[in-house]
Order: sequence, then C-alpha cells, then structure tokens
Amino acid sequence: MRGWVFTGLKTGIKSTRYPEEEEKRPGVSPGLPIAGGNSLGLVDICPTNALLASNGQVALEYGRCVHCFRCARAAKSAPLDWSSGYEWADLSAKAGETAVEFGQNGFGRSLHVLVVDAGDCGACLSEIAQLNGPYYNMHRLGIFITPTPRFADVLLVVGPVTEHMREPLRKAYAAMPTPKRVVAIGVCALSGGVFVPSFASGSGVADVLPVDVVVPGCPPPPLAVLHGLLVAVGRKPPSRMFVSQRPVEERTPVL
Amino acid sequence: MMRLQDALEQVRRRWPGEMRGEFGSRKDALEYEMESPSAEVPELCGWLFKEAGYNFATLIPEERESGWELRYVFYGDRNQGVLHVLVRQPIDNRTFLSLIGHVHAADWNEREAEDLFGLSFEGHPRLGDFVLHDDHWPEAIAPMQRSVDGRQPLPHQQREGVWQPLLVLDAPGAFAMPIGPIYSGVAESALFLLETTGEDVVRAVPRLFYKYRGIEKIAEGRSVQDALLLAERANGTCAFAHGFAYCRAAEAICGAAVPDRARMLRLLLAELERLRHHAGAIREICESTSLAVATSQASIPEEELLSLSCSFAGHRYLFGLNTIGGLTRDFESAACLDVAAGAADILRRLDKLEEELRYSSSFLDRLEQVGMVSNDDARTFGLVGPIARASGVARDLRRLQPYSGYERMEFAVPCEQEGDGYARLRILFAEARQSLRIIQQAVARLPGGPVCQRNLEMKSGAALGWTEAPRGAAFHWLRVGQDGMVQRCRLASPSLNNWNGFHLAAEGFAFQDFPIIMASFGLSVAENDR
Repeated sequence: MRGWVFTGLKTGIKSTRYPEEEEKRPGVSPGLPIAGGNSLGLVDICPTNALLASNGQVALEYGRCVHCFRCARAAKSAPLDWSSGYEWADLSAKAGETAVEFGQNGFGRSLHVLVVDAGDCGACLSEIAQLNGPYYNMHRLGIFITPTPRFADVLLVVGPVTEHMREPLRKAYAAMPTPKRVVAIGVCALSGGVFVPSFASGSGVADVLPVDVVVPGCPPPPLAVLHGLLVAVGRKPPSRMFVSQRPVEERTPVL
Repeated sequence: MMRLQDALEQVRRRWPGEMRGEFGSRKDALEYEMESPSAEVPELCGWLFKEAGYNFATLIPEERESGWELRYVFYGDRNQGVLHVLVRQPIDNRTFLSLIGHVHAADWNEREAEDLFGLSFEGHPRLGDFVLHDDHWPEAIAPMQRSVDGRQPLPHQQREGVWQPLLVLDAPGAFAMPIGPIYSGVAESALFLLETTGEDVVRAVPRLFYKYRGIEKIAEGRSVQDALLLAERANGTCAFAHGFAYCRAAEAICGAAVPDRARMLRLLLAELERLRHHAGAIREICESTSLAVATSQASIPEEELLSLSCSFAGHRYLFGLNTIGGLTRDFESAACLDVAAGAADILRRLDKLEEELRYSSSFLDRLEQVGMVSNDDARTFGLVGPIARASGVARDLRRLQPYSGYERMEFAVPCEQEGDGYARLRILFAEARQSLRIIQQAVARLPGGPVCQRNLEMKSGAALGWTEAPRGAAFHWLRVGQDGMVQRCRLASPSLNNWNGFHLAAEGFAFQDFPIIMASFGLSVAENDR
C-alpha cells in the first residue's frame, strides 16, 4: 500500500487553475459555433434547428446545438467559425424566476450535488464523472457528489427526461431541502436534443422542474459543467450567450 | 464451428425453405438469407446455435406492408458468413414460436419485440413488463407498430407501486432490497432488486429501460443522415463504433465505395475510442473498490485520451465524424503521428497502473473469484465483448467478420478463462495494448486520397452493418424507403446481450461485492435502453 502513496506524490498536481485562471490545455472543449455571417443556406442543413435566420444574419440557439459539425464541415457556403471556450452556463430562459444571482451564494462554502440521469446517452454523465478526477478535481472548490437528495443543494440533471424517469426525478427534487437549485446539463436537458419530438421522452427538464441554470453542449465539457455549478451558487457570472433568440411559441419543431 | 458450406448443405436438406445467397451488396462478407416456415424456426435456429456453432447476433422484427418479418441473425467464425433466418407471417397473425428453449440468447430480444411490437412468443415464460413498464403504460400499447405516430405522446397512466418481480426466495427473514433508479454517485438510471436473507445476494433482478428514448421508433421517417445522429447518441461513450456500424449499413444499401483513406482513418478513430472506453472502465473498477490513488491514476489517462480525441478530431467523444460514404473531415499526417505518439504515452501510464494493481492484494481480494461467469453460461446467454472474452469466449467481430480493413491488421484477441472480475480487468488492459498496435499500424499505412465519396445517392433497400464496439458486437439494421427516409432502424447493442447475463455474476455473492461486479461488467444502460 505504501507504493500508492509514492505513486500519487510522484504524479504531482494535475489540476486546472480554473476558475482563478483560464484553462489553456488543448482538447478541454469541443467548442461551439459562433453566430454571425450571412450564409443563410446553413440554416437548412442544421438537423436540430439550432441555426436560424435573423435580420439576414445567421443566429444560433445554443440550447439546440448538438455538435454535428455540419455548419462547419458539410457546408456549401461559408462555414461557421467555432469558438474554443467553455464558460457556457447561463441562467434559465425563464429569467427572473430564479433566485440565482452573481455574488449571492446562500450555500456557505461547500456544495453537495445530486446527479440524476434522466435518459442521457452516457456522454454527459461521463463528463460529469471527469470532475472527480485529478484534472478538474471539483473537491478543491468544496463541491461534492452526494448519493442522496436529502443532503443535496444542487440537482444536476442530464438527459431529455424520459417518460419513465419523470416521476423519479420529481421525487428526487421534492426530497431535497431548501434552498435548492436545479442545473440542466447538456442539450437534451435543455431542449430534448436529437430525441424529440417523441412519445418516449420530453423536451427537457424545464417541463418537469423549475430550472435555474442551463449548460448547453453535446456533451458540455467538464469545465462547462463546473462553470454551471459555480453560476448556480453565484460564484461566477453567467455567460449570457444562451439568451434565447426567439420565444418558445415561435420555434419550429425539431425535424 | 461447422464450415459454412456444410452448414448450408445441412440446412437445405433438413429444413427445406427458400435460400438466398450473396444477400446484400456487400463484398467483404458472406451473407445468406434463409426463409423458413414459422413452425421450423426454433429448431433451425437451435441447430445453428448449438450444433453448427453460430453465434446469435440479434432479432430484427419488422412490420412490412406484406406482413410481419422476423429476422434472426447469426454470425459464424472467419469466412463462415452471416446468416439471416427469416420468418414471414400475415399481419393479423401475431403469434410466433419462442426460441427460448433453443437459443437462450434470444430471450431479451423476444421480450423486447413482445413489448414494443405487440407480438406474442409462444413458450416464452416471462413476457410482459420489460421495455414499457407496466406501472406507467397501458398494456395494449405497442409503439413500434407502423400505425403509431412516434412523434405524438401516447396515453399513459401513473400507478403507484404496482410493479413487483416474482419473489422466489422463501426463507425466514427473506426480503428484496431495491437499488435505484436513482442511486449513489454518477450512475446511469436503472433499478436493481436484490433478493436476500441477509448477507448474500440470492437473486438479482435488474429492471432496465428507465432511459428508453424510443430511438428505433423516432428514427423512422427521418433522413438517413439525421438518423445517424441518433445512432451515435444511442450510447455517447461508444458513439463512433455505433455511428460506424450504422454507416456501414447505409453504405451497403447505396453501394458506396468508401475511400481507402477513410477506411483506415475509421479504424484509427474506432481504436482510439476503444482505448478511451477501456481506460474509463478501468477507472470505474478502481473506483468501485475505493482505491483512491488508483482511481486518480486511471482518471488521468482517461481525461488525456478525451482531450487527445478532442484536439485531434474536434470532439471529445468523436461525435460528428462518421458520415455515409466516409468521414466528414480529413486529418493531417502530422496530427495522425501525434495521436499515435500521444496514445503510446498514455498506454505506458496504463501499463504502469496494471503493474501496481497486480501487487495490491487488498484490491485483488475484491476482484478475484468474484462475479464469476462460466464459459458455458457465457455461451448460453450469448454474452459478447470483453466480458465474454474474460470467460473464455474469444469472439471478436474484428476477427470473425472483419470489416473496413481489420483483416489486414495485426492484432491479438486477448482471452482469459477465469471469468471473474480480475479476468475482466486484465482483458481491458490487454485490449488497450492491442488498440494501440492497430492505431500505430493505421497511421503507418495511411493511404492518400479523399476521405468521403462525394455525390452519393441514397437508394431504397435494407442492409445490416456491424462493428465490434468497445463493449462488444453491435449490429445495425437499416431499411430505407423509396423516399430516401428511414423505414426501420434496428440498433442491436452489446449491452442488451450482456445485461441478460448480468445476474449470473451478481447472484451468490455478498452485497458489498455488488458495486464491484457491476463496475467489472462495465455495462451501459443507455446502450441497452436506447
């Protein structure tokens, strides 16, 4: 057993300096397309209607982009540029209904998170699991995964909320003490992603629970999830990039 | 294993029916389709499975205009072909004979077909509550039938606490312990009912499909390109392998000639994914034994492979790379060399970790002789992938039914005999080494040229595509209609086969071994539920 101690020490510190400093290591984020330009032909090739034409410009609804890369690779007209950032978390589209405010913590110095899988493909969960590893190590920020809703401050939900998971998800939320926050992780949890319209799954967590913070991405990289958690407790400002560009009733159904 | 020609000869003699050879337009595999009367199918399939040594792949039910078509797919060893046993029945005759007594591996496939298509399998002992939970959906619903619009919500009701498995344990103090569907840590949703009298798990009943997203149904009516997004997201951690299998099916339908460069790059990416998946599976095993330093040591290569994949291919889980006819982007040769060198570095870490784990007796105590699956059981239940290979079933589609150039690659198929948790761990390490070998060969032999066949025209038709996904054999059956839209997409995943045998490992061991057995199986719920 002594060997493990030395192995650990020899490996040294791998953890990112985020949120104090920006993470520069390559490959921490797949990036997202950047809205703009006037290649309106791209709007038609987007499979989830994330792209839309707005005043002759290509606009983007981040809560629908599933990283299919068609607007970057399969385009006949000028492709969209991709950003390399990861601070994607934003307040829920129903702004004003959430108690989340930058600078207002309300949870003391540690934060306990319950992760609920409401039908994701496994990628979002895998990215959340990376937060426990040495590279992201969320423990250094006082954030821990908890096995039970009774100890949870934040409910982290992934997946479009399948019919079978809707009730367990509601029960988990109800069992949490107040104050509590709900963070929806990944495009499926925001809009249903590629899985809607469907008889078997809903179009996101907001239909079931009041969502405070949304993190787009398919899947959002670990740093984006971390940003979401920090936004939820007011330790980081939201990105404001997710501001929905059209009201719900005007959105065309996916596919 | 019987030779293909002998097997076909015997089938022709004993079960006269229509035999269509050279089925499909594929050049790299022998596919035969044999149509057989309903009454003879169980015996024919049982003979193929037990006597001729064919492996059960999947059951593909289809509702065609002409009636029901059930397709039992089997695959043989190298050059021994892929056999489809086809049964046709008129649309109003929904009762088929169950294969349960002949091909046990088909058990869950039939339960799934019963639930989703409203079919009935005579002789099957446990039909009913499976994909669609009885406490949620009315019994009469069969969403996969063509008359049902998968985009509209279906009627359902919520009943409290109706479902209960058949409790078999009759002893003083016996009780059933439920775990899930939401349980500790970062875990996929599934319910496990463990029947016990105290310490040992006597009976383990997994109740899955909490994550049922109806992928096979909602793929219908979408374009072939758009359904590819669903195939990738059936299981995000093995997205490339599933996208690959789906594309192979679509390419067989339209007769695409995938350029050599794309074929080789696909191998490179598929093995990169396998390497990353296995690193993650090793991390989970270390985590389940609460060996904190080892967990961290395994997390490092996993994260490094994820970021390596991202800086190489643009996405940490290799989404959006496969397309019908090849790949969506090309790679510079310098980047390919970098990825091979990066993977070799990471593998050195994994090798070091394996060496250290070998000398950690507290860790080995939790894995050795725990969660055993015997060779016989692995065959009977049709287990696939690393789990089967840990129980002495050396089956790997890359070797048995090679595709995309695997036939020219040098690699070994690691195999262990013990079938316990430690054997499964050793297989993961050994396969990671083989993946690196393939990556290095692919980079060294990478031909020039385009990476995608341009101007492909989608045709109507149906074909089967397969790959050896990191968790085992994956089969995608695709039928495209005249309008170029998907009519049927069957996504047969390795996890469906392997969950079917999960109870074999869990039963008879103590409660505290349960998380370890689960981690050493490394199954995906998303891949099973779809």
